[in-house]
Amino acid sequence: MTTLHPGSAPPTASTGAGPATVSVRGLSHWYGTGSMERQVLQGIDLDIHPGEVVLLTGPSGCGKTTLLTLVGALRQVMEGSVTVLGCELKGSSRHERQLLRRSVGMIFQGHNLLRCLTAEQNVQMGADLLPDLSYRARRDLSREWLRAVGLSDHLGKLPHDLSGGQKQRVAIARALAAHPRLLLADEPTAALDSRTGREVVDLLKRLARDEGCGVLMVTHDPRILDVADRLVRMEDGRLWASEATLG
Amino acid sequence: MTFWQGRRIPLAWLLLTRQPMRLAVALAGITFAGILMFMQLGFRDALFDSSITVHKLFDTDLVLLSPRTKSSISMTGFPQRRLVQAMADPDVTGTTPVHWNLLLWRNPKTKGTRSILALGFEPRDPLFIDPAVTALAPRLTQKGRVLFDDQSRDEFGPVATWFREGRTVESEVAGKRLRVAGLFTAGASFGADGNILTSRETFLSLLPNTPPGSIELGLIRLRPGADPARVAERLRALLPEDVSVLTKQGFLDLEMDYWRSSTAIGFIFTLGAAMGFIVGCVIVYQILYSDVSDHLPEYATLMAMGYSLLTLLGVVAREGLLLAIFGYLPAYAAGQVLYAVIHAATKLPVAMAADRAITVFLMILVMCMGSAAMAMRKLGDADPADIF
Repeated sequence: MTTLHPGSAPPTASTGAGPATVSVRGLSHWYGTGSMERQVLQGIDLDIHPGEVVLLTGPSGCGKTTLLTLVGALRQVMEGSVTVLGCELKGSSRHERQLLRRSVGMIFQGHNLLRCLTAEQNVQMGADLLPDLSYRARRDLSREWLRAVGLSDHLGKLPHDLSGGQKQRVAIARALAAHPRLLLADEPTAALDSRTGREVVDLLKRLARDEGCGVLMVTHDPRILDVADRLVRMEDGRLWASEATLG
Repeated sequence: MTFWQGRRIPLAWLLLTRQPMRLAVALAGITFAGILMFMQLGFRDALFDSSITVHKLFDTDLVLLSPRTKSSISMTGFPQRRLVQAMADPDVTGTTPVHWNLLLWRNPKTKGTRSILALGFEPRDPLFIDPAVTALAPRLTQKGRVLFDDQSRDEFGPVATWFREGRTVESEVAGKRLRVAGLFTAGASFGADGNILTSRETFLSLLPNTPPGSIELGLIRLRPGADPARVAERLRALLPEDVSVLTKQGFLDLEMDYWRSSTAIGFIFTLGAAMGFIVGCVIVYQILYSDVSDHLPEYATLMAMGYSLLTLLGVVAREGLLLAIFGYLPAYAAGQVLYAVIHAATKLPVAMAADRAITVFLMILVMCMGSAAMAMRKLGDADPADIF
C-alpha cells in the first residue's frame, strides 16, 4: 500500500529546509471580554517542519492546549499569523478550517473513539475522509493501519473491550488513516502506564516519520521527552528555549 | 463506482443498534403511535363508509341529482325528463328513475313510529349490484309490498325475525298498510336507521304530494369502455341547470363530505390520531435528543477530524428515517390484525386502505424527521475546540 509508506518521505527535519508544515508568527490569544479578559498567548513564534517531532511542555494553564487548538484550526485566530500546510488561518472561514482539519490528525488525552464502532470502523471514520477511494480500499487501508499499530487481532472489538493502550493505538491509527501531514497530540500518554506510554509514543514517532508528517505534541510526561527532535517550553503564554534540540 | 466511493460506515444504523434497549423503547413508542393513528383513522373512515351503505347498492356509472340535494336525508326532486334527455348521449345505454325519501315506519310490535329510508323504483329495472336483491324485486310488483333491510336497527320491530319465522309481517306507513315481501341487506347509516325498498307505484301512494314527473335520483348506465368523467362533462353541457351530474364516486363523496363537514365525528377521530402523533413526537424527540447529548463528545471529535456539520446532521436525519421505517412496519402489521378483529366484532367496514397506510407512514415520517430536526439543534453545542 503506497499511501502507507511513501518512499519519498523527507528525512528527519532540520530547521530551515523546505516549506514549514506549521509557521506561527506573533500569535496572541485572549479569553473573556472586558474586566474578565485574560491573555493566554503572547507573541508566539513557532515553526514545525515535515517529519519533525516537536514536544511542547509547561505547567498546566500556560496556554499549550490553546496553541494546539489554534494550530489545529479548531479556533479562530485573533492576532498574529498561523500558516498550516500553506493555509493562512487568520481570517479563515469555518468551511476552510473544516477542510484543513482533514489534513491534520488529532490525538486526544482521552482516546475519543466512537463507542458504537469497532476498532476497524473507528479507523475507517478517518479513512473515509480520503477522496476518490472505494469503500473496499478504505477498509483495507484501515486494516493496514491497525496492523501497523499492532492490533490486527482486535479489528472487530468495541472500544469498551480494549485496554487503555490499545484504545490510544486505535486513535493513532485513526488519525493517520486520513493521511495527515500534521499530527497534533494532547498528552497522549496521560491515561497510560509508563511502559505502554513509551510504546505508544515510539509508535507515533516512527509512523509520523515514515509518513513525513510533522508532529506537535503537548506533554507533561518527563519519560517521553527523548522522542522529541525539538523541545519547546511554554510559560505564561510565551515560548522559551524554542531552539533547544535534544539528541 | 460512485456508489462505492460514496459508501461510508453506516454510523446512524450503528448508533441506534448498539443501544438495543433504547432502540426498543423508541420503536415501541413509534409503533404505539402508529397503531393509535391506524385505529382512529380506521374508525373514522369506517363510520364515513357506513354512511353510504345504500349508495353502494346501485349499479350505475353516473347519477343525476337536484343541485339542492346535499345529503341522503334531504333529497330534493328534479324533472324526470332530464333522464330522457340524457339518453341523447351516444355513450348512455340506459337510465333508471329512483324515488328516495324518509317515511315514518310503525313498529309492528310496539306500534311506535320511526323514520325509515324508502326507495321507490320500477321492479323490472336492473338497478342493483347485488343479484339477490334484483331477484327479489319482482315481488314488489304487487302494490303495498316492500323489501325490508335486515340490518335495520331493532327499533323498527322484529321484522326480520318474524319474516324468517314465516309470519306475515305488516306495518303501517303514512296510513297505508304495507306487507314485507322479502329481506335484503344494506345496513344502518348516519342518515337512516333502516331501509325499505318498494315499487314506484307503492312509493307514490305513500307520498301522494310528490309532484308528477319528479324524481330524487336518476341512474345512468354507460356503454362499456366509456369514460364516466367525460360523459358527465358532456351531460353537464347538455342538460339545464336544474340537475347536477355526478359520477358514482362523486355521489358517494357528496354523502361522506356532508357527514364529514356537518358532524363532529371527523374532528373527534382526527383529534385521536393527532394525539397519537404528538405522543410519538415526544418519544422520538426524547430518544434522539438524549442520543445526540450522549454522543456529543464523539460528534465533536468527528468535527475535529474534519467532518462537516452537514454530514453530522445527515447522521441524525438518517437515524430519524430508520426509526420511521422500523417503527412503521410493526404498526402496519398490528393494524392489519386489529382491523380484522374489529371487523369481526362490530361489522364496521374497516380495512387497511392504501391511502390510510400511506397517510400513517407519512405522519410517522414527519414525526421522526421533525424530532430529528429538533434534536439537531443540540448538535450546535458540539464545539471541537472543547475536546482537547
